[in-house]
Amino acid sequence: MTELSLEKLKAEDVKEISKALTIIENDPIEAKKIVGALDEKDYCVIGLTGSPGSGKSTLTDRLASLFSLKEKIGIIAVDPSSPFTGGAFLGDRIRMKRTSRNDNVYIRSMASRGKLGGLSPSIYNAVELLGRCGFKKVFVETVGAGQSETDIANLADIVLLVLAPGLGDEIQMLKAGIMEIGDIYVVNKMDIEGASRLKSRIEAVLDFSNHRKDVILTDGIKGTNLEELARLIEKELQFLKESGKIDEKRKKRKRFNKLNTVFQELKELPDEAIDRLVEELKKLTGGR
Amino acid sequence: MGKKIKVLIAKPGLDGHDRGAKVVAMALRDAGMEVIYTGLRQSPEDIAKAALQEDVDVIGLSILSGAHMKLCPRVLEFMKQYGIGEKPVFVGGIIPEDDALELKKMGIFEVFGPGTSLEKIIDSMRKIVK
Ligand code: B12
Ligand SMILES: Nc1nc2c(ncn2[C@@H]2O[C@H](COP(=O)(O)OP(=O)(O)OP(=O)(O)O)[C@@H](O)[C@H]2O)c(=O)[nH]1
Ligand SMILES: [Mg+2]
Repeated sequence: MTELSLEKLKAEDVKEISKALTIIENDPIEAKKIVGALDEKDYCVIGLTGSPGSGKSTLTDRLASLFSLKEKIGIIAVDPSSPFTGGAFLGDRIRMKRTSRNDNVYIRSMASRGKLGGLSPSIYNAVELLGRCGFKKVFVETVGAGQSETDIANLADIVLLVLAPGLGDEIQMLKAGIMEIGDIYVVNKMDIEGASRLKSRIEAVLDFSNHRKDVILTDGIKGTNLEELARLIEKELQFLKESGKIDEKRKKRKRFNKLNTVFQELKELPDEAIDRLVEELKKLTGGR
Repeated sequence: MGKKIKVLIAKPGLDGHDRGAKVVAMALRDAGMEVIYTGLRQSPEDIAKAALQEDVDVIGLSILSGAHMKLCPRVLEFMKQYGIGEKPVFVGGIIPEDDALELKKMGIFEVFGPGTSLEKIIDSMRKIVK
């Protein structure tokens, strides 16, 4: 493995974890090796998605801070890469000042790299690495646009859909069916006019589609209801564990990790090899 | 897949001038780099810690307050403490020429004052990360 110390990684050394994440981001084959060299551990993934500017980073900061009292918390904050230059402006740390000083919290910014509006394919291994390095909860923040909602649902055990009044795109969210993706609905910026109305609207939609899910009002700046939100997350996790659903989520995460890695490996193959593979695939799928 | 250059742009101390930092951050992004911007009022320790966690290739400090001779050595100190003393640090803002020389002696890699072309900044970052 390229200049990486497995001993240090196992000892959960921050510098080594940081270096490992860089390799994971750049090289899917090495990524598989690094993660595979570490023991599997029990951890959970909490995704936050929702409209740009709704308060995802602010809430992640608060939640990580609360949970960090009893366990190590990892945060991966995803922002989009420019499809034209490949560059990215990663600004979520601006709203994570509370936890950036906390030794029990590790924050990493990540660009979406090529996947328009989605998550970088390396996110699965990045999250898994943190899980295997002793982080008990890994938060993944992603902008709620395009592909990222379905991506986050495949990755996370629990998805928080964060909305706020006055952003003007709640109606689209409701229409676009992204309501199905959330496990907990957070109406942030409860200090702003229209928050309770938005909450009732969401509840009405959820009732209509027979989803029994929690909807909670929060103020990310003052911290109002944040302890209650943390409690809802623990309650949901408890439910997932007791019902055995957590295992399904983990299987799903592993499956998508594998699919992503395979796809990365396929991209390196010459055309003839792809053609041969397509033939083989036909046998597996019965010619479809 | 080529390795992306990752840069941390930070504003240490109480300095509220963030225009330059943002202009530079956007220019680096448009040059294809991944730029982590941590916002205003960061302590030297916050900056070193962010650079450690993000595993950036370059650290850029923007200081227009006049406190650079105090802040830069503190950032370098914390970087050493966190085991990332080898990472190059660029400083921009209002830095008198004599101070710039002093800072370079101290271990700051480059100093850029007002009016520096963005191309020049981009080029020098590309040059050190190869
Ligand atoms: C605009 C401005 C303001 C705006 C800031 C708006 C904002 N959000 O940024 C406002 C009006 C708020 C302001 C306030 C003050 N200001 Co003022 N301000 C300026 C001014 C006129 C221009 C700065 C600017 O934005 N330039 C444009 C940007 C693009 O240039 P730049 O920051 O220099 O960046 C370039 C390079 O330096 C370099 N660079 C910068 N950062 C980085 C980082 C990296 C990594 C790299 C590689 C390069 C790099 O690249 C950039 C492109 O070339 C300067 C004078 C001047 N001509 O510089 C005074 C100046 C900086 N301000 C000054 C002062 C004193 C103040 C106040 C204290 C005034 C007061 N008494 O209230 C307050 C303090 C505010 C605070 N909280 O800190 C003094 C500082 C004196 C000193 N350092 O010794 C200056 C120099 C004016 C002067 N001649 O006295 N200010
Ligand atoms: N009034 C009010 N503002 C808030 C609240 N929570 C966050 N904000 C502000 O809303 C703005 C956006 O907050 P962020 O946490 O950056 O939102 P985000 O969803 O992470 O934004 P992106 O990552 O850019 O999509 C910031 O200026 C916050 O200070 C709140 O409860 N009430
Ligand atoms: Mg954010």
